[in-house]
Parts: sequence; structure tokens; C-alpha cells
Amino acid sequence: MDRGLRQADLAREAGISPSYLNLIEHNKRRIGGKLLNDIARALGVEAQSLADGAESALVDALGAAAARLPEAQPELARAEEVASRFPGWTGLIAAQDRRIGALEARLTALADRMAHDPALAASLHEVISSVTAIRSTAAILAGDEGLDSDWRQRFHRNLHGDSERLAESSQALVRYLEDADSDRAAPLSAQEELAAFLSAEGWHLPALEGPEPAAPETVIERAKSLRSRAGRALAARWLARYREDAAALPVAALEAALGSAPSDLAELATALGADLPRVLRRIACLPERPGTGPYGLAICDGAGAVTLLKPVADFTLPFTTGACPLWPLFEALSRPGQPIRAEAELPGVPGARFLCHAVAHVAPPARFGAPPVLEATMLVQPWSGAAMVETRPVGPGCHICPRTECAARREPSLLS
Amino acid sequence: MARRVLLIEDEPNIIEAISFILSRDGWTVHIHEDGETALDKVRASLPDMVILDVMLPGKSGFDILRELRADPEMAELPVMMLTARGQTKDRDLAERLGVSHFMTKPFSNAEVLDHVRALAGPTGP
Repeated sequence: MDRGLRQADLAREAGISPSYLNLIEHNKRRIGGKLLNDIARALGVEAQSLADGAESALVDALGAAAARLPEAQPELARAEEVASRFPGWTGLIAAQDRRIGALEARLTALADRMAHDPALAASLHEVISSVTAIRSTAAILAGDEGLDSDWRQRFHRNLHGDSERLAESSQALVRYLEDADSDRAAPLSAQEELAAFLSAEGWHLPALEGPEPAAPETVIERAKSLRSRAGRALAARWLARYREDAAALPVAALEAALGSAPSDLAELATALGADLPRVLRRIACLPERPGTGPYGLAICDGAGAVTLLKPVADFTLPFTTGACPLWPLFEALSRPGQPIRAEAELPGVPGARFLCHAVAHVAPPARFGAPPVLEATMLVQPWSGAAMVETRPVGPGCHICPRTECAARREPSLLS
Repeated sequence: MARRVLLIEDEPNIIEAISFILSRDGWTVHIHEDGETALDKVRASLPDMVILDVMLPGKSGFDILRELRADPEMAELPVMMLTARGQTKDRDLAERLGVSHFMTKPFSNAEVLDHVRALAGPTGP
């Protein structure tokens, strides 16, 4: 009745009784055919949107919320009835569920920073050092009546200096935490800095493509967002690799090969004369076009630390460590050279399924007597098609994963 | 002869406060602010005990402690570590390396004095 049409008027226009219309509105009668068309015409909307529209979306939202917390055991069979009778409450549940999803993603990012961020460690060290000096100096001043005036002045001066330092360091800490709490948080690690730069460029860098690609240094010089020395060093390494990949696998050739809908990326790599990690990296960095992608990408080292990450849809991994070990990326590390294709599903987010292609290789050069330097690469594609292989459950990281019985759990979940 | 404490720390006002309370208690306090050359300083000053910060320029307190314990002449030298990092893993590492006492910042002056006296003995008559 959002259009200002009274129920009785609508019933009359549709040729039914108000009480029958009431039953329909409360989802106690299903309608179709002519009656659906008549009501849609009276309301001035498409019949299909009336059938599949708001209520259907609300039912889906209830299903999503239920999947996030299955132990609450909501009555799924009555979701349609709830959405129909209480659209306002259903909307609220849906909005809160979306909010929880966003907060979980934020929590993952913050937990990663708190555990591994050198900037935060340095900031806290500065605060504690100031507090230590103040406490010790103040105790001397308060407890020593016979302190001569020179020492007393000196300690007063120190106290003043340390209190100013404490004020500055605590303000810096607050600024840091406020920034970290903002969606506009500045990247803090070199890996985040590189990922932010590549994300802003869309991950496809035309300057490094084609017969006369630019030097990586030229691209870095123009990149204002690459501020830290470490960030620029990582960028130099990635861009040099990108340039080599682009020369070996030009966009046109790769797109043509993908256009024939290959069923096996390993075979496609063989046909293109390229190694599989390179093919995975190149697919992830193709320009986005209708009908292809989007693709995510993750690269990790032999210790499982993520060194490069292109998130896609709900797929993300924490940098450094703490990721769910069930992602095919990490399984690949145990079988270098063996490609792994698997579907992965995140908990609590309906439709968060991904087709993953992963492979690990020994990074050249090989050296006698030296341990192999392993690197794993995983291409990630949001997947809504029929299952091609068995779907494996993965998680967002143990601390916020609801899969309490997971054999790979390394710490209790905050959600349990 | 006054007993000697070598304080290896790079925060000037912490140095000043600790030096004051130890000097007043009868200790001779030597100060060194650099991690890289700290080991040479220990060998040259032959202190009765060392107070060692963890985060130092040039070399960490953990590395200095490891090298001290590897030297037979200094393997038994009492070493008290001071750190703003009170995490269990840091304490475990210090204990594995042979620290005599591990103290987290911020500490109280009385706490420092008590442990210096306990580790190096009283300062004499």
C-alpha cells in the first residue's frame, strides 16, 4: 500500500474481496496469472517485480542472517511468513546482518594490524617509555625531602619534558587508533601500501604492457601513494614481475585463449607455453570486461605469510599470518608443482563461494645446499555456478570464524 | 670500594632517574647508550651487575645477553633486563637466554633497588 492506494480500492480494481487481498498480503494465499497481473497493474508495477521483489529479497536476507548464526536455529521454513507479516523487522535483521559482515571484515583487518604492526608497537613503546621516566622521576621528587636544589630543578625539567612527550605520544596513538577505525585508514605495512596502489590502478597497468613497456621505476616515480621505502621496494619487485608476465603473455593472446572457455587452466598454460603461476597472475590482472572476472589473487611465501593480495567480493586474507589454513593457497605449499583446483565456501555469507586455482613453485634461482624458496599463487573467482568439485569449508581466520568444530582451528573464536 | 652497575639504556630521563636512585644507595653507575658497542663496554668496565634495556640502537638487549652468556667470563654476571615489551614470549626468550631478572616498564624505583641489591649483593659497610 506504499502507493497510497487503499486496500479496498486495490481489491476492487483487482476484482477480489478485501479479505482475500488481506490473505494474499500476509502470504496466506499464493497468486499468479491474471490475478497477479491485475494487482500489479493496479499498483503500477511489473508483475515479475511484485512476485520476486521486495518480499523475496527480504526472505533471502533472512536466509543470509540465519546462515551466519545457524546455532540460533531460526525457523527457516517460516521465513516467508515472517518477511510477509513483519517487513520492517525483517529489514532491520537484514541491515544488522550486513553490518555484522562489514564489522567482521574490519575486525580481521584490525586484528592483523594490532598483532603485526610495527608502527603501533613503536607508538606504544614511546608511551610506556615516557610513563616510566615520569613515574621514576616523580617518585624521587615526592619522596626525597633532602634533594638539593640543582637535582630538584633538573628532575622538574625532566618531568616537564616527559609529560610533553607523553602528551604527544598519546595523541599520536589516539590518531592512529582513530585512523585504524576509519574506512579511510592509511595503509601501514609495505604490503598494504602496494595493494592500495595496485587497487587504485585497477591492478591492470597499461604502461607496462605492449611492445615498449615503461620501466617500473617510471611508474613508481609517478605513484604518490607509494610513500615508504619498503613499499616502493615491494612495488619495484612486483612491477618488474608484471612487466615480464605481460611480455610473455600479452592481453590479447590471453583473452583469446580464455574466450574459448578452457576447462583446465593448467592445460591452457601449457598451450600458451607459460608456467601456471604466471597465467594465474596474468588472469588476475586483466582489464575488467563484461563477462569476465572479477578475479582475486593471493600470493604467499613458504611460511604462509601473504605477500600480495587482491581481494574480490568477500574473499580476503590477512597479511603476514593468521589466515585460515584451509584455503587451497596453503595446501599448495605442501605439494609444490601440483596444481589444485577447489571450491571454497566462507561461513555465514550465502553465496560466498569461490573457484580457486592454486599452485606452489620453487622460486628461482635453485641453489645447491640451500633450502628451496617456496611461493604459492592462488587465483580466486567468485562462483555461483554448479559445483564442479567438492566444496571445502574455509574461514575468515580462526578468531572470527564460527566453525567451532574445525580440525584446523588454532585458537578459540571470539564468536563462540 | 663502591660496587658498580652498568646501565645500558638509551632513554636519557630514565638513565637520570635510575642513576640517581642507585648512586644515592651507594652504587657507582656506569652508563652506556649504544647496543652495538655494549659488549665491549661490559668487558672494559667489569661491573658487578648489568641493567640492560631490550630496545637499543644498533643491537637488541636479547642479542647482547646471548653474547654475554656465550662468554665464559661473563656467563654468571647478573643481568636485569628492562623492557616495555612485557609479552610472555619476550619473558620466555629472556629466561632461555639466561637473564637473572626480567622487569617490565613502568617499574617503581623501590622495585629496581630491591632487585639490584638482591642480584649483586649489598653495597658494603
